[in-house]
Amino acid sequence: MFPDKQKFIVFSLLCIGFLSYSGFLYSHLPVSNPVFSVSQSTGKSLWQKHNCTACHQIYGLGGYLGPDLTNEYSLRGPTLIHIFLQTGNTTMPNYHLSESEIQELTDYLKCVDQTGKSDPRKFTINANGTINQ
Amino acid sequence: MELSISKAKFTPKVFILVALILLSTGMLFGTIGGLQYIIPGFLKEALSFEKTRPLHVSSVLFWILFASMGAVLTYLKEHTGKKLYSNNLSRLLFILFVISVVAILIAYCFGVFGGREYWEFPPILSAPIIIGWILFLINFIISVGTLKNQPVYIWMWLTGIIFFLFTFSESYLWLFPYFNNHVVNDMNIQWKSYGSMVGSWNMLIYGSSMYLMTKISGDKSYAFSNKAFILYFAGLFNLMFNWGHHIYTLPTQHYVQYISYSVSMTELLILGNIIYGWKASLTKAQKFFNRDAYRFLVAADVWIFLNLVLAIGMSIPAINVYTHGTHITVAHAMGTTIGINTMLLLAVCYDILKDTCISLDPYQKLMKFGFWLANSSLFAFWIALIAAGVLKSKWQMSSDQIAFSVMMQNLTPFFIVFMISGVLLLIGIVLAIYPLFKNHLACFFTEKNIQ
Ligand code: HEC
Ligand code: HEM
Repeated sequence: MFPDKQKFIVFSLLCIGFLSYSGFLYSHLPVSNPVFSVSQSTGKSLWQKHNCTACHQIYGLGGYLGPDLTNEYSLRGPTLIHIFLQTGNTTMPNYHLSESEIQELTDYLKCVDQTGKSDPRKFTINANGTINQ
Repeated sequence: MELSISKAKFTPKVFILVALILLSTGMLFGTIGGLQYIIPGFLKEALSFEKTRPLHVSSVLFWILFASMGAVLTYLKEHTGKKLYSNNLSRLLFILFVISVVAILIAYCFGVFGGREYWEFPPILSAPIIIGWILFLINFIISVGTLKNQPVYIWMWLTGIIFFLFTFSESYLWLFPYFNNHVVNDMNIQWKSYGSMVGSWNMLIYGSSMYLMTKISGDKSYAFSNKAFILYFAGLFNLMFNWGHHIYTLPTQHYVQYISYSVSMTELLILGNIIYGWKASLTKAQKFFNRDAYRFLVAADVWIFLNLVLAIGMSIPAINVYTHGTHITVAHAMGTTIGINTMLLLAVCYDILKDTCISLDPYQKLMKFGFWLANSSLFAFWIALIAAGVLKSKWQMSSDQIAFSVMMQNLTPFFIVFMISGVLLLIGIVLAIYPLFKNHLACFFTEKNIQ
């Protein structure tokens, strides 16, 4: 049986490692000094308020009843987004959004679009099992 | 209920009772969600998918949390052979959690959301959860007293409680503009917290099932053994550092990918250990299989194996790029929360609730039938989701993609199998736990109550 002392040491070392990694990640976020306009940030709040994530994914994360919207803006354009948000469809509710809310959500999707590509076809696969874009 | 939460009568068993109610209602919401997959527009006005999904996911996550709290509090008392430090703290924990769950489910029904995946309720409702959990931690630490010469399950419970508190709080960092200002920054921290949070409740559940194993076999040596501690530390290491496999395709720093990829591969050690110990566990399984609780432990062993193979595969970025964003992820999520977490917790529920007020012998056949129905339908459920995921993956990767709606329509046969097996799974689990409810009711009416 390992003595308790060794267990405490391993436990403490792991915790120190975890806290350091966490602290490092908090202070080195992937995008430093982001520019996020007021309209986009209201768009993000609307996205959360209406729980769009229950049916849609951003970078593949979310519910799966609807499509991934990460690059919706560049693929389909603002007009289609507007139309969808005005009417909904058989599955997607019509949220009766105001024109400015629709604009804010569209701005948000534009901002998400500019952060990168979520399409898995855009990745290259390396021999060691890692991937890059 | 009033009776059971009154001061004198309160015992951790009420956590298990509420947990079982949440499990049943959660599966019902899941079924409605499944129907919405195959009948577009089903219940769209009253309970659209953005409501049913969180109703389902939160109910079943709270099933896991309530059952884990009930298990830890009950088993801790048994382990120390003394009363808990404070029954009032447990009671307060229970009340705070019940208040938040009820408020959360009502908020969903009215379409009031905080809109974060899994914990989709307004952030304010997390306050009672965090406060309750701090009380749980205090009660646990004082009741345990010392970590000296303790079996591994005490370490696992303590780790689970601390890390749930940490990661659940961490998942609210988005409330600060510094984290919320950019969607990639936000998702990076969000999935860091979620990945570890799953590990934290696994610690509570695995610890409880290990306690139960010790109790059934009457052999305490394993819980003190070096092997048990090595596996515990391997689990803790993964809890802390493997979460990056959720976000391989997010444009974040490359080291996040490298670290979690390498750390996830240490799970092969756990897989190897299962295969290595296969024969011994089979002998044990035959010996105790007739015990209701033990059956669920054996089922969980099989599910651990199947899901671990899938999870290790998905942790390789080159494979993840195919599975990510498809129903293979859903198969993984439900495969583990049902096959592993739910099966282990049902074993615990049987152990804690059975035979206290009525004999469950007359229900043996029913419980066995429920057990087999649940497990066989779960297998069909899991395979249907994987198959749907494989086809979606092919679609995602194809150079001339057909429309999303056409692809989803093509998947309908798989969603129908998913839906039917989901209903059978629900029936199986409800049949298996019905006698426990009956026992609880008997306790309630005989006022013998659930001591
Ligand atoms: C109940 C599920 C559900 C919810 C909630 C939901 N959607 Fe949708 N959404 C869908 C479905 C299904 C489609 C149709 C996809 C198709 O057929 O191409 C869709 C399509 C879209 C499209 C057009 C995508 C395309 O390429 O066809 C946009 C844009 C969109 N949704 C935005 C949103 C936003 C913004 C919200 C939150 C305010 C939201 N959705 C909430 C289910 C949902
Ligand atoms: C013990 C029982 C269950 C547990 C613990 C459970 C757990 C979960 C979890 C964790 C998710 C989130 C998955 C993800 O994000 O990838 C989920 C989603 C879902 N579950 Fe279940 N589930 C259970 C039973 C069921 C049943 C019986 C059905 C009925 C068909 C069902 C239908 C669904 C549906 C439709 C989703 C949403 C999938 C999506 O995101 O589009 N679940 N469940």
